[in-house]
Amino acid sequence: MRRTFSVLVENHPGVLARVAGLFSRRGYNIESLAVSHTEDPTISRMTIVAEGDEAVLEQVAKQLRKLIDVIKVQDVTAEEHVERELALIKVNADATARGEIIQIVEIFRAHIVDIGRRTLIIEITGDEKKIDAFEEAMRPFGIREVVRTGKIAMLRGSKVTSVTVKEDE
Amino acid sequence: MGKDKEKELMTGGEILVKCLEEQGVDIVFGYPGGAILPVYDALYDADIRHILTRHEQGAAHAADGYARASGRPGVCLATSGPGATNLVTGIATAAMDSVPLVAFTGQVPTSLIGRDAFQEANITGITMPITKHNFLVKDVRQLARTVKEAFHIATTGRPGPVLVDLPRDVTASKIPYEDPGPIRLRGYRPPREGNPVQVKRAVALMVQAERPVIYAGGGVISSGASEELRLLAEKLLAPVTTTLMGLGAFPGDHPLSLGMLGMHGTKYANYAVSACDLLIAIGARFDDRVTGKVESFAPEAKIIHIDIDAAEIGKNVRVDVPIVGDVKLVLRQILEILDARPNPAWQEKVARLKKEYPLTYKENGLKPQAVVRGIYEVTGGKARITTEVGQNQMWAAQFYTFTRPRTFISSGGLGTMGFGFPAAIGVQVACPDEIVFDIAGDGSIQMNIQELATAVNYELPVNVAILNNGYLGMVRQWQELFYNRRYAYTELLNPDFVKLAEAYGAEGILVEKPAEIRPALEQAIASPKPVFIDFHIDREENVMPMVPPGEAIHKMLG
Repeated sequence: MRRTFSVLVENHPGVLARVAGLFSRRGYNIESLAVSHTEDPTISRMTIVAEGDEAVLEQVAKQLRKLIDVIKVQDVTAEEHVERELALIKVNADATARGEIIQIVEIFRAHIVDIGRRTLIIEITGDEKKIDAFEEAMRPFGIREVVRTGKIAMLRGSKVTSVTVKEDE
Repeated sequence: MGKDKEKELMTGGEILVKCLEEQGVDIVFGYPGGAILPVYDALYDADIRHILTRHEQGAAHAADGYARASGRPGVCLATSGPGATNLVTGIATAAMDSVPLVAFTGQVPTSLIGRDAFQEANITGITMPITKHNFLVKDVRQLARTVKEAFHIATTGRPGPVLVDLPRDVTASKIPYEDPGPIRLRGYRPPREGNPVQVKRAVALMVQAERPVIYAGGGVISSGASEELRLLAEKLLAPVTTTLMGLGAFPGDHPLSLGMLGMHGTKYANYAVSACDLLIAIGARFDDRVTGKVESFAPEAKIIHIDIDAAEIGKNVRVDVPIVGDVKLVLRQILEILDARPNPAWQEKVARLKKEYPLTYKENGLKPQAVVRGIYEVTGGKARITTEVGQNQMWAAQFYTFTRPRTFISSGGLGTMGFGFPAAIGVQVACPDEIVFDIAGDGSIQMNIQELATAVNYELPVNVAILNNGYLGMVRQWQELFYNRRYAYTELLNPDFVKLAEAYGAEGILVEKPAEIRPALEQAIASPKPVFIDFHIDREENVMPMVPPGEAIHKMLG
C-alpha cells in the first residue's frame, strides 16, 4: 500500500535530516520525497510517498507528527487531489528517429528542451503513470539518462493543507 | 549612560546561567573543557550548585537519577567532542525511559564547525534519534529563547531529553540581555484531556468487564497519577500489574497489587493477564519484555490503551479503545463518570493465584533475594533504590516491595549497565535526607565505578549493594538455559571492592554469610560515607520465574 503525505515543517536547518533519519531508523520505506518552500517563507513542505501496510503507514504519520519541527501531517491519498512529477529524459535521437520522437512528445504534451547532435532532452510533467508510460515509449530509441523529481500533490477545490489558512477558518 | 549600557551586556554563558535560574535549576552535573569554558566561567559566580562527576556519562546518569527522583528536569553539562559523545549513552537511557533531561554541550566556534576542528563532534547529528529534540545555537540572540524551549519540550507531554549545543563564540560573545517572551512552537502541542467519546467507550468496557486487569507503566509516575490509579483499581476491584518502569506507581503491598509482569514478572501477574477479559493499559507501551510472544498476549482481552503519546497506540498491539491524553487527567475523566460493578469472584480468583504461585527462593547460602529483602526490611521500605542492569535489577524489582512512586530508579528501556551508581548520586542530591541504595552487580558497578570519587567528594552517603557472583550473571543465566552452559566470556576476575572503596575514601564491607546481611546494612546506613557492601552471593543463582524469549507469558520457567 502506498500513501502520499503532505508534511509542513519549520524551515530550519537539519529538518530534512530529522525526517530522513526517522524513516531510516524505524525501517520505513520512502518511495519519493520532494521538498520546497511554501507561500510562507518560514515553512517548507515535504511531499512524501511512503510504502507499507496500514499499521506501518499509520505509524509513519504519527511518528512524523512527534517531530517538534513538523507542523502538520496530512495524508492526501484518500482525498481528491492532483499529483505531479516532472522528468527530464535524454534520449538517443539521430536523424532517422527524430520525427517519430517528436510525434510521441506531442501526443504526451511533453516538451523538447535541448537538442544535441545525437540526443534530445525531453521535459514531461504529469502523474506517475503518465511519466512511466512516456519512459516506456522512449525506451526503444535508447534512453541515455532519466532525472525525475519526487511527487508533489495538492488538494482539489478550495481546500488547502497549509497551516495559516487552517487557523483562519 | 555609556557605562550603564556596558553593564547590561552579558556573555552567552551568563545568559545561559540566568536562563537556568529562571527555570528553577539549582543543580547541574557536569565536566568542564575548552569549548564550554565561557559557561563554566559564568557558573563560577552563580547560585547554581555544580557537581563535578568523574566522567561525562556519570553526569548524564546523575542528572537522570535526579530527575526521576524529584520529578524536576535534570541538567547536565559537557564540553565539545568527546565530552559530548560521552553523554550519549546517558541521553539514550533518558530517551528510552521518557526522562526530562536537558543536556548542554560546548561546541567549537561557529566559524570552525564542519572543518573537523579539535574536539569537534556533530553532537546534534549524533543525538537526533535519541533526543526528543535538539538545538544548535548559532546566534547568541537566540540563546535565551532556545533554553526556554528546551526546558518546555523536555518537561511537557511525554517527557524526554533535549540537547542544546553551544558553540564557544556564542557563549563568549556579549549582548544586552533581552527577555525572550513566550515560546512559539507551532509544531508541538502536547495533548491533555482525552477525547470524551473515547473515555465513554472505555468506561462502557470497564462496566461490562468481568475479569479486568490494569497494566500500569512509567507514564503513571511521570504524570503523577498514582492516586487516580489506586482509586480506579479499588472502584473496579481490578488487580494492578506494573511494568518495571511502573514499580511504585501502585503500592506493592496493596491487596490488588500483582507486582511486575512480563519476562521476569510474577506468575500470578502473567496468569492474570493471560486470563483477563479487559486489559487497561495506562502509560505503558507493550514492550517486548512485557508481552513476550505478542500474538498470545492477553488473548481473551479487549484492550484500552491510555497514553500521552499517540504514536505508542497501535505500535505493538491492536487496541480496542485508544485514549490519547495525560494519564492523570484521563483517569480523572474516567473516575468522574464510572459507575462500576466490581466482580468479587475475579478478585478472589486473583487472590488464590497470588497464594498459589508466590515469588520464592531457596534459603541455602547467601542469596541475592535475601539481600534485597534485607534492604527492604532494614530501611522499612523507605529507601530510594536504583539498580544496575541484569540479575541485580530483576531481583530488586521482584523482592523489594515498592509502595511509592519515584522510589525505584532503573534503566528499563535501554538497559544501561553502569546506570545505577551515578543515578544514585543524582537521587541522593535530590533527596539528601533519604537512604539511597544502588543494587548492583559486580559487572555493572565497574562500568562507572569512578563516580566513587564524586560521592566521596560531595559527601553523598550512597550505599551500593554489590550482588557479587563473579559473573555477568544474567548473560550467564541465558548461557546456562539456552546455550548449553557454554559460559563464553561471562566470568569476571574482580578487584577487592572493599579495598577499592577504601582507596577512594569510602567505606567497604565484605559479606559472606546470611547472618551478616543485616549488620552490614545497618552499618552502611549509619555511616556518613558512601559504602560499598560486597555480597559474595551464590554464584549460579538464577532469576526466576522466566518467560523464555519469544514465548507466551503464561509459559514460564521456574
